[in-house]
Amino acid sequence: MYTSLMTLEIWVITLGIVLMLADFFFCVTPERKKFLVAIAIAALGVMFVGLLGNDTPTGVAFNGAFVEDPMAIFFKRFFVLAAILVLFLAMEFSGKLAGIAEYYSLVIFALAGMLFAASANDFAMLFVSIELITVTFYVLVSFQRAKLLSLEAGVKYLIIGALSSAFMVFGIALIWGTTGTMNFSELAQVSPQFIDNKIFLTGVLFLLAGLGFKIAAVPFQIWAPDVYQGAPTPTTAFLAVGSKAAGFVLVLRVLFTAVPAITAHWTDFLIVISALTILYGNLCALPQRNLKRLLGYSSISHAGYLLLGIAAVSATGQSAVMYYLAGYLFTVVGAFTVITLVMQHLDSEDISGLAGLNQRSPLLATTMTLSMASLAGVPPLAGFFGKFLLLKAVIQQGFATSNHGYYCLTFVALIGVAISFYYYFGVIRAIYWSKDARDLSPIPLSGGATFLALLCIGGMLWIGIFPNTVLNLADAAANALK
Amino acid sequence: MSILTYIFGWPLLAALVLVFVPRNYRVIIRAIAVLATLASAILAVKMFCQFVPGTNGFQFEQQIPWVDSLGISYHVGVDGLNVGLILMGAIVIFAAACCSWEIQTREKEFYILLLIMGGGILGAFASLDMFFFYFLHELALIPTFIMIGVWGRGDRKNYATFQITIYLSIGALLALIGLIALYLQSGANTFDIPVIIEHAKTNPLAANVQNIIFPLLLFGFGILVSLWPFHSWAPLGYGSAPSPTAMIHAGILKKFGLYGLIRIALPLMPQAAHGWMNCIAWLCLGNILYVGWVAMRQRDLNLLIGNSSVAHMGFIFLGIASLNLIGITGAVFIMVAHGFLAALTFALSGYIYQKTGTLQMSELGGLCRKLRFIGTALVMAALAGCGLPGFANFVGEVTVFFGSWAMFPVVTVLAVWGGLVIGGIYMTRAVRKILHGPLPEKYVNVGDATNPWRKLPYALLLVSLFVFGCFPKLLTDQIEPDANKVVSMVNAGYASSADAGPAHPSTIVMQNPKFEARN
Repeated sequence: MYTSLMTLEIWVITLGIVLMLADFFFCVTPERKKFLVAIAIAALGVMFVGLLGNDTPTGVAFNGAFVEDPMAIFFKRFFVLAAILVLFLAMEFSGKLAGIAEYYSLVIFALAGMLFAASANDFAMLFVSIELITVTFYVLVSFQRAKLLSLEAGVKYLIIGALSSAFMVFGIALIWGTTGTMNFSELAQVSPQFIDNKIFLTGVLFLLAGLGFKIAAVPFQIWAPDVYQGAPTPTTAFLAVGSKAAGFVLVLRVLFTAVPAITAHWTDFLIVISALTILYGNLCALPQRNLKRLLGYSSISHAGYLLLGIAAVSATGQSAVMYYLAGYLFTVVGAFTVITLVMQHLDSEDISGLAGLNQRSPLLATTMTLSMASLAGVPPLAGFFGKFLLLKAVIQQGFATSNHGYYCLTFVALIGVAISFYYYFGVIRAIYWSKDARDLSPIPLSGGATFLALLCIGGMLWIGIFPNTVLNLADAAANALK
Repeated sequence: MSILTYIFGWPLLAALVLVFVPRNYRVIIRAIAVLATLASAILAVKMFCQFVPGTNGFQFEQQIPWVDSLGISYHVGVDGLNVGLILMGAIVIFAAACCSWEIQTREKEFYILLLIMGGGILGAFASLDMFFFYFLHELALIPTFIMIGVWGRGDRKNYATFQITIYLSIGALLALIGLIALYLQSGANTFDIPVIIEHAKTNPLAANVQNIIFPLLLFGFGILVSLWPFHSWAPLGYGSAPSPTAMIHAGILKKFGLYGLIRIALPLMPQAAHGWMNCIAWLCLGNILYVGWVAMRQRDLNLLIGNSSVAHMGFIFLGIASLNLIGITGAVFIMVAHGFLAALTFALSGYIYQKTGTLQMSELGGLCRKLRFIGTALVMAALAGCGLPGFANFVGEVTVFFGSWAMFPVVTVLAVWGGLVIGGIYMTRAVRKILHGPLPEKYVNVGDATNPWRKLPYALLLVSLFVFGCFPKLLTDQIEPDANKVVSMVNAGYASSADAGPAHPSTIVMQNPKFEARN
């Protein structure tokens, strides 16, 4: 019974091991390596299609440590799709990565960690899955070992990641020490008794600090810009969507399954964190000239928008978070695809490198424009309806609880969105009307890159114009969280 | 399919088609854009002629569910409030597409954005669902920013782009928050405006809720309409915009906020509306007097027109503030009239800029000798702008003054003075400086619009102003029954709350007999 629930995870890990072994025996030429990643993408594609059916079994395993419910399935679809997109991206980027097959298998292992995170219902499972993700990312971030910035990013990520793991383990120890249980469902029943227990509350706070590092929420956001800038672009993309979403699935599980009683008391705290994250991310993004660094700050601000849905402490808020993440996936991967293809022959990722892109490659210019517009929240793209749902959830909770903090939060979000228009349109401006275009040679696009760009455009438009499918799935997932 | 779907669907469809047309097929790109807007203009005229005034409910309705769980559906329909606006919008967009010959670089992108802008705003006016109402307006608003940034003119283009982007985004988001709050508080669990209004008849919103939501909508929409003191984006933005963009934005997009106030805010929040009307009446004097005065001081024709278009918004706000049948009918009438007028003046200034390369009035002069057609049209537009009888603006402004006299005599006197004297001064001064006097040496070779095809957009807009100016019944008959519904909802909602416990007894005693007399 256990294995039937974990089929997907087992296949993913097998795939990772096979890829790594195949590297020894098979990969003598670069063409063969490309063939290998094509097989990996195809295998993940098959798994994704398998996940789309409604017959995925649900249930719990390992004494309740592993849960397969609609939310876990929602996030598993998300992670597998993210990994597929990132592998496409890595295939385009491969010129700059030495020892490429390891890179692919590390992506797959990180994916396995994310899949476990989606199903984690126990602090031990939570910690193991987080570590599986984080440790693989240490390597993925510093993969361009000849490049100083990449190494610097790797070291920064390692130190801060280790610190956050320490916080998390300490928090878990305190929680276990006071309540005697590691399981979320059991904890939910006993946690109301510990609502005044300072040690227990400290434990929850430390755990949230650890998760805060993962999602890059203020005050644990400091690593994000440096790491985003220094890491190889496919890693940055995976960090922005996969790792962030893994953080959010765990935040959702911990706050709403494990300690709902405490979450209800901490709404003001969540409101403040969300407001600060939105303001910090948007204000710091304003002066940035490096595109990846800008997206790093933008990713902080998006963590803030997603926290709007968490702070709303309601099923509509949770479903808005999931919907927003689904749109964010295509948007961010679209942006990083363009960065990968346009910037890989330049020294830095300065925004001016995009100059004249509309003449060099109309498809990439369109992709970047739509990605920026979707990040800013322009209809009819996914970002608009997502922000609409998040704001609606916050205002709804404001009316329901008459907590004035929610109104303030709404206005902070409004200011943040208005500021963000400025820098996102700055990127669009560089594409279409910058005068100092040095290089106007056409950019050659491989079939895979064209497919990836079209897929991202299609995804942003589909989720934005036909929100029903994703929204219903997100609603079902949020209802399962109770 | 409703005819409304075709009216705003043709431009959007054409935008999609243009994506796949190679950029060097300039004639084809332009032809597709002009034909699509022509089709939507013809359909709009047909719809306007078929419209039966005074029927109960909406006409040409169509409803398709979109997101069931939230109660969002694609729902279009017209009544007297938006039938004229859609007609005006479709004609202005056609004129703007015709005037776009002045764009010589990156035509493909320009026409795509122009069509998205036009289709989006027509859709917003046709929508009876709050979500699509907002969604389609936002779709139309974003291209404005890009068009000003890429094809705009002047040294302050970049500053203007970012000012207008941030200003209007904040306004739109405030309105969005207001609309979401309204959805949540209405209790009808739908974004459908007619359903919410029906629901509110039996379950009106509580007074304290109204007092939160109404200001959000008032100032959110107010920023979009350039209500004083939130108007500073408008003159500079229009001064920097390419003229087709300025035509559509000043002519049509700006009416979105006013339409939203009349369609959504007034019927649903009568008590708050009554509470805020004094404030609006005084703010609109800021538009009429202060901005009018600023317009007098302008040396650049486009900045003058931009300021005058802000000043004209004051009359519409005054009509809304009067909260009676005559005032609101007049407000809707000016919305239509000003749409034609603003489009015409920006189109003419665009032509002059194209031919002379400047709009500094001190450098121009005597142009009427060379530009007989354009010059004459500009004189007519200027006279229409200061409210000459025979043009549609006169009818609207006079109606508004009749309506507001009952409520705000002092404000009305000042507004009349502002409209007639200040408007007269800056308009006639502009005409004198640009068209009369000696012709500078460098402009002896300036050519007039001789080709009938070139004359068409200006002629079309002038004819529209004339038709509605000479036969105002064409429009007032259609507006009146539905304006009456809005007014009766506002006053019924207010009266019922007054029975329950009057908030401001003195004002009720003063106002009620007058409403009865008017209605």
